[in-house]
Amino acid sequence: MKNRTLSRLGTVFKSKTAMALAVSVLCLPAAVLPVSAQEDETVTVGFVTFLSGGAAGPFGIPARNAAELMIGAINAGDVPGQYNTPGFAGAMIDPIFVDEASDQRNADFQRLVQRDEVDMVVGYISSGSCLSIAPEAERLEVLTVLFDCGTPQVFEEVVTDPQYTFRTGGHATMDSVAAARYLQETGVDISSIAGINQNYAWGHDSWRDFAASIMQLDPGSEVATEQFPRIYAGQYGSEVSALLTNRPNVVHSSFWGGDMEAFIIQGQGRGLFDRASVVLTTGETAMHRLGAQMPEGTIIGARGPHGDLAPESELNTWFRDAYFERFGTLPTYPAYKMAQALLGLKSAADLAGTIERDAVIDALRGLEWEGPSGTVTMALAGGHQAIQDTAYGTYHFDPETGTSSLLNIIRYDAECVNPPAGVPSLEWIESGFEGASCE
Amino acid sequence: MLTTVAITVDGLGFAAWLFLSSVGLTLIYGVMRILNIAHGGFYAVGAYASAWAIGLYTQTGNTIALTYLIIPAAALIAGVISGLLIERGVLRFMYGRDEVLMVLVTYAIFLILEDVTKLIWGTESYISYQPAYFLGTIDVFGIPYTVYKFMIVAVALVVGLTLFLVLNKTRTGKLLLVVIEDREISTALGINVTLFFTVTFVVGATLGALGGAITAPEISVQPGISAEIIVMAFAVIVIGGMGSIGGAMIGALIVGLARAASVHIYPPAELFSIYLVMAAILAVKPYGLFALSQGRKI
Repeated sequence: MKNRTLSRLGTVFKSKTAMALAVSVLCLPAAVLPVSAQEDETVTVGFVTFLSGGAAGPFGIPARNAAELMIGAINAGDVPGQYNTPGFAGAMIDPIFVDEASDQRNADFQRLVQRDEVDMVVGYISSGSCLSIAPEAERLEVLTVLFDCGTPQVFEEVVTDPQYTFRTGGHATMDSVAAARYLQETGVDISSIAGINQNYAWGHDSWRDFAASIMQLDPGSEVATEQFPRIYAGQYGSEVSALLTNRPNVVHSSFWGGDMEAFIIQGQGRGLFDRASVVLTTGETAMHRLGAQMPEGTIIGARGPHGDLAPESELNTWFRDAYFERFGTLPTYPAYKMAQALLGLKSAADLAGTIERDAVIDALRGLEWEGPSGTVTMALAGGHQAIQDTAYGTYHFDPETGTSSLLNIIRYDAECVNPPAGVPSLEWIESGFEGASCE
Repeated sequence: MLTTVAITVDGLGFAAWLFLSSVGLTLIYGVMRILNIAHGGFYAVGAYASAWAIGLYTQTGNTIALTYLIIPAAALIAGVISGLLIERGVLRFMYGRDEVLMVLVTYAIFLILEDVTKLIWGTESYISYQPAYFLGTIDVFGIPYTVYKFMIVAVALVVGLTLFLVLNKTRTGKLLLVVIEDREISTALGINVTLFFTVTFVVGATLGALGGAITAPEISVQPGISAEIIVMAFAVIVIGGMGSIGGAMIGALIVGLARAASVHIYPPAELFSIYLVMAAILAVKPYGLFALSQGRKI
């Protein structure tokens, strides 16, 4: 925070009385208005997403694009609805972008905090990053918003009493439980399932929750095979063969980015998608790019009601139009989740009327706000972990118009697919989703 | 039975990809004693060039069959240009330096190539599936495999056989084997070692680019693929013996079969199966299965 107004005034008003008067006058609007007018003030925010490597194209770049779009709009007060005031509580956002594709993520985070003196950090797509950054954020006592990563371990096992770390997107349990419910409700035979997921926290947690959910919905279901190739492997010939020879009715994959695209190419080429119902929990990021190459009937998720699954609203329409106009492509879920994180921070700062760390944290804890994809509530992990409604759909490509769309969209309330506060995800699933509220 | 067949076919397919991607690396090391980390960059440049060219061509609506010519052409152009630029522009000034220093030099080139691919082709992924689908599939004991996969196996065999014949049955190849054996004596005998170095590096780069180009239709070509392949390629040539082309083939086969077996029999072992095999072989043969003979220093 750089409150240049006060320092300038200090040179003009020499007497303590005059200074006190000036401060009183400056503070008056803040006492009257919910959002303080601090337009000369800046809030430095470190943004960490993948700017290089395999996750950059499908995830990091859309997230950075959304950050740039939203920063400009928030600073100008151009976001519609309750967000039409400039900045975070009037303070202009000054971004510093850092590449998440680094072997020294914790050191990069420390540099942001200690050298660049950022006021807060928004970032992290990889679950691996979040697992290492969350404890670091707590140690350095920096307000850190994890905007995308999915592993539930962050607040269930690693930082169990968060003070400075928040996650403004739902975690993997929501994606997996909703996928299982969608399969059952659309009449897919779930008596035999298989999984192909990346061999790290995200892949293991996604499969664990999905398989456990299926077992609750159909206790007679069997796991035909579970494959965990290393991340960025690219070659899945053996895994596709294993999936074909074990003949599951359902194949679940939380693959993302190039891994997902390679799996689709290799699986589609060998008829896997014709022999089983395939669920791609992050499929929304690729459906418009792949077009006809995304197999018809694939069950698609977006890690929340984002992108094509987003409900209609003024904010959603504005976001999609503004993003398309600036970048020439529709926003995918990483872009939505970045916008969601920034609007959450703006809501908290505006509510607090300041960008002081502790005030923003107090306001963000347990906050509810509207994002482009609907209502977000910081309901779990002591108000530090978001839940929101989610949705799944079935892929359809129209060769005549060349457009991709999702059919049979089913929406799930946040309380239907997320555990109640204080209950670990797996424990909740294995209890038979005790306390779930599904309409 | 079904599992055995699947392991064999999958292992062969993976081995062919590995061999094509690593044979240039072992060739360059064998002749030039350069552990060329930039090889991953050649693979990526070949993959991008191939995917980009296939994408451009398929937009014209002409027959997909011609893409099978575009792939080697893209590899040749990408490999020759990048190989020549790097060898003539950088490496020739570094010959004779310590091998460790050359590793650092080629690592720097690797990083530069990674950025060059981004500058030329951007950060979006490229998908060029058409050649992989065009020939359809064939069933092996009820498991469908793309014909393209078998085509890659055939190309790997042709490349391996060609290199074997060139090295052992032609005058140029025999001269090259002399250079591999002893550079100083080769120079004393009047062999143009510098020319051999240039040609070898360009051929190695082109083979790396071919590995990428032929793989492009099966994958999503994106930033980062160069780092992935170089780790696997090192594992292959270490198992086979650095500098040995036959070793690279056997190494690729061992790695391919080991990985396929772990995927089918015990999937949790997939991640470390390759390195387990490597460790086991190096424990018995510390220089790999077919390491070139080493002179003993007195």
